[in-house]
Amino acid sequence: MSLVETLCNRLAAKEPVSVIGGNTKAFLAGRLKDEPVSMREHTGIINYEPTELVLTAKSGTTLQEIESCLSEARQMLPFEPPRFGDQSTLGGVMASGLSGPRRMHLGSARDCVLGVRLINGLGQHLKFGGEVMKNVAGYDLSRLSVGAFGTLGILTEISVKVLPIPEKEQTQVLQCNQAEALDMLIQIGRRPYPVSAASWIGGALYIRLSGAASGVESAALAIGGDTLNDAGQFWSSLRDMTAPEFNPVGEWLWRISVAPTTPTNTLDAFCFDWAGGQRWITTPPNDLSPFELAARLGGHATCFARDRESGTGMQPLEPGILRLNQRVKEAMDPHGLINRGRLLEEAH
Amino acid sequence: METGQLVAALAAGVQSDRVLFREQDTAPYECDGLTMFKAKPKVVVLPETRDEVCHVLKTCKALGVPVVARGAGTGLSGGALPHADGVLLVMAKFSRILEIDEDARIARVEPGVRNLAISEAVSHLDLYYAPDPSSQIACSIGGNIAENSGGVHCLKYGLTVHNVLSVTVALDDGSIVTVGSDALDSAGYDLLALTIGSEGLLAVVLEVTVRLLPKPEEMRVVMAAFDDVTKAGDSVGNIIAAGIIPAGLEMMDGPAVAAVEDFVKAGYPLDAEALLLCEVDGTKEEVADELARVEAILKESGATMLRVATNEEERLLFWKGRKSAFPAVGRISPDYYCMDGTIPRKHLSLVLRRMREMSERYGLRCANVFHAGDGNLHPLILFDANDPDEVKRAEDFGAEILELSVEVGGTITGEHGVGIEKINEMCVQFSSDELTQFHTVKAAFDPTGILNPGKAVPTLNRCAEFGKMHIHHGQMPHPELERF
Ligand SMILES: Cc1cc2nc3c(=O)[nH]c(=O)nc-3n(C[C@H](O)[C@H](O)[C@H](O)COP(=O)(O)OP(=O)(O)OC[C@H]3O[C@@H](n4cnc5c(N)ncnc54)[C@H](O)[C@@H]3O)c2cc1C
Repeated sequence: MSLVETLCNRLAAKEPVSVIGGNTKAFLAGRLKDEPVSMREHTGIINYEPTELVLTAKSGTTLQEIESCLSEARQMLPFEPPRFGDQSTLGGVMASGLSGPRRMHLGSARDCVLGVRLINGLGQHLKFGGEVMKNVAGYDLSRLSVGAFGTLGILTEISVKVLPIPEKEQTQVLQCNQAEALDMLIQIGRRPYPVSAASWIGGALYIRLSGAASGVESAALAIGGDTLNDAGQFWSSLRDMTAPEFNPVGEWLWRISVAPTTPTNTLDAFCFDWAGGQRWITTPPNDLSPFELAARLGGHATCFARDRESGTGMQPLEPGILRLNQRVKEAMDPHGLINRGRLLEEAH
Repeated sequence: METGQLVAALAAGVQSDRVLFREQDTAPYECDGLTMFKAKPKVVVLPETRDEVCHVLKTCKALGVPVVARGAGTGLSGGALPHADGVLLVMAKFSRILEIDEDARIARVEPGVRNLAISEAVSHLDLYYAPDPSSQIACSIGGNIAENSGGVHCLKYGLTVHNVLSVTVALDDGSIVTVGSDALDSAGYDLLALTIGSEGLLAVVLEVTVRLLPKPEEMRVVMAAFDDVTKAGDSVGNIIAAGIIPAGLEMMDGPAVAAVEDFVKAGYPLDAEALLLCEVDGTKEEVADELARVEAILKESGATMLRVATNEEERLLFWKGRKSAFPAVGRISPDYYCMDGTIPRKHLSLVLRRMREMSERYGLRCANVFHAGDGNLHPLILFDANDPDEVKRAEDFGAEILELSVEVGGTITGEHGVGIEKINEMCVQFSSDELTQFHTVKAAFDPTGILNPGKAVPTLNRCAEFGKMHIHHGQMPHPELERF
């Protein structure tokens, strides 16, 4: 029996089921209550035609396999998902809904999903969305399942939009403090420059330009600063969070998602990405104050600490939204069987 | 329920001149842009405040009366078709732009604001709202949210779902929630993605925050003629294979070109079997570069004629032709029926050939406009609504096109929504378990089913009936093929 059939049968028999991909993101969200099944054996690219700009793969396919297949055709996943080790799978990437620096320009993981196959809580293997760019038949359950940590259904196949690798990329570095960096980005954001990433870390603003060579060069000239030499490595260290700042010893790491123009004096970030939309802070262990801070700023906080032992590390939801979340969960998984403990502890 | 009783209950919380129930007052609302379907609503309400909307919802929920939201009524799938026993909630008076934040590049608007009005309001800041449906002078942003509308520039800039940060909605019980936020993502499930494209079945949109983009420094469009649609289709693949994502990439077939040229005089060559418009945008340097590459690819792909618009006026004229395609076809036929399937682009020539066969078989003309970059086809079936037999043939022709779209791995609707029009074809695209899942998600928002009932997702009974009828007529193409 195939893995998918086994999972369907177990759920149909009302048995709780938990799944993992490469298990590289176990530190995010809540701890699974049940012994997980690995989706790694459910692997393989099902369909990829570069000129259609769509790739479909089984959820256990590693990001590595997908990215190397894409790069042979000079294409890429537009949202630059973080790779926490070489076992990261497409399913895990979508379930956690994480996106890298290019998100500010080409959209998030959710934006790039075109369709999924998933197993709902009744053990039914269902298909939503499809393999075309535009599709509005039925509710958008594909995008709904991105970032749901598998709790709305076990993702088995995913179709994503892919894009050409830009002809040229160049990164400009400008020494400045964080407030100055935000001001500059507000000005730059008003101009049609091909900015594909904008981050501030360690006292400097890094602006990556991508596109036709001539456009990149002229924008670089207009923006100024120095051209970064090992830009590829720099952006990987942000994307994969391997820069030392992201691994603070004895402290907890938090991601704060706020409106990009949120003033810098309201939160003390050591780094921002997405032109200010994603900020990184640290706190003493077990300090949950970022939730309050984020709520006050109209955003939300996610705990990225690797040694957090309890809770989901996710922003508590306000009552109206919480109720809808619980009802949507019930609609997809009425007996609360999938990935118990990962999200929404209050619901069951 | 007596009309008088319902009117009284509604008027308890809505100023009475905004509650219409006399036949002459409700008649203008009997259909949306899909005029083949008509129904008179029992009552039309034109609320002006959130309190009024919430009062309507609470009242209708208590009385079990259906509520159908309506924006500008330009929808092409009958999504805003009134319910004969229900209330039509016309959101047109929610037409204020509430806030423009040029630093954050966002605009907060009410749902009745017209799509183009947003771009007009921020034009002096050199900003614009990217999704540009051809109906943009008329359609409302609330309707765009409900349909997840696209436009000619969505290959590069995305659909509505990619350009909206948050929506504030009224739920079935009159409570108000905001999904999404000014941040780029939000905690919990992605209810924003779920709300967008939900065709007024999950909630009523009260406010929308959209992302604005800086206007490109330069836009240039090239027009290419082909003597063969396959070559034109291949040229699109060649452009993308070269790593270029144009801002717009639109195709028209011979009949569409003829209708448009007669109407707009856009300078389209009348002998073309297919015409392609390809727009590139960005900084001056980028545009010059890309344009040269696109021209070379088009030439290599066998274009028989290439013309780059030499100035802004000419660029707008080239586009005016494309954007007027629907009304242009409207001039050469008493009526037309616009389809909306999306297909993997590689099947374009097969699909066009099969449509030509259908056109002969049904004895109806068909013109094609095509969002070529993303595979979204708009075949326009020409017919006469005064001839019941032609109407029937047009509907069957349309249904067969949609089923063909599914057969080649596409979808029955790329941007116009299912509404009432494609409700039967949903049974072809989705299994009964999938449809049931849609119903349970709907019930999570609207357990008593008062919001736009009967649209977007068919009941399983309806599919069973449709299946019987359908197979009787022997039209089900390739029932042996697995979907997709
Ligand atoms: C000539 C022409 C060209 C077109 N071109 C395009 C195109 O290029 N791309 C494209 O995508 N579409 C196109 N359309 C279709 C149509 O314009 C879009 O679907 C548009 O988004 C509908 O907006 P509306 O305000 O007219 O909505 P309506 O027709 O009034 O309603 C559409 C749906 O939205 C729901 N709705 C409306 N307002 C609300 C609200 N406030 N809250 C909840 N639900 C609501 C209704 O219940 C209904 O289901 C075209 C239509 C025409 C007539």
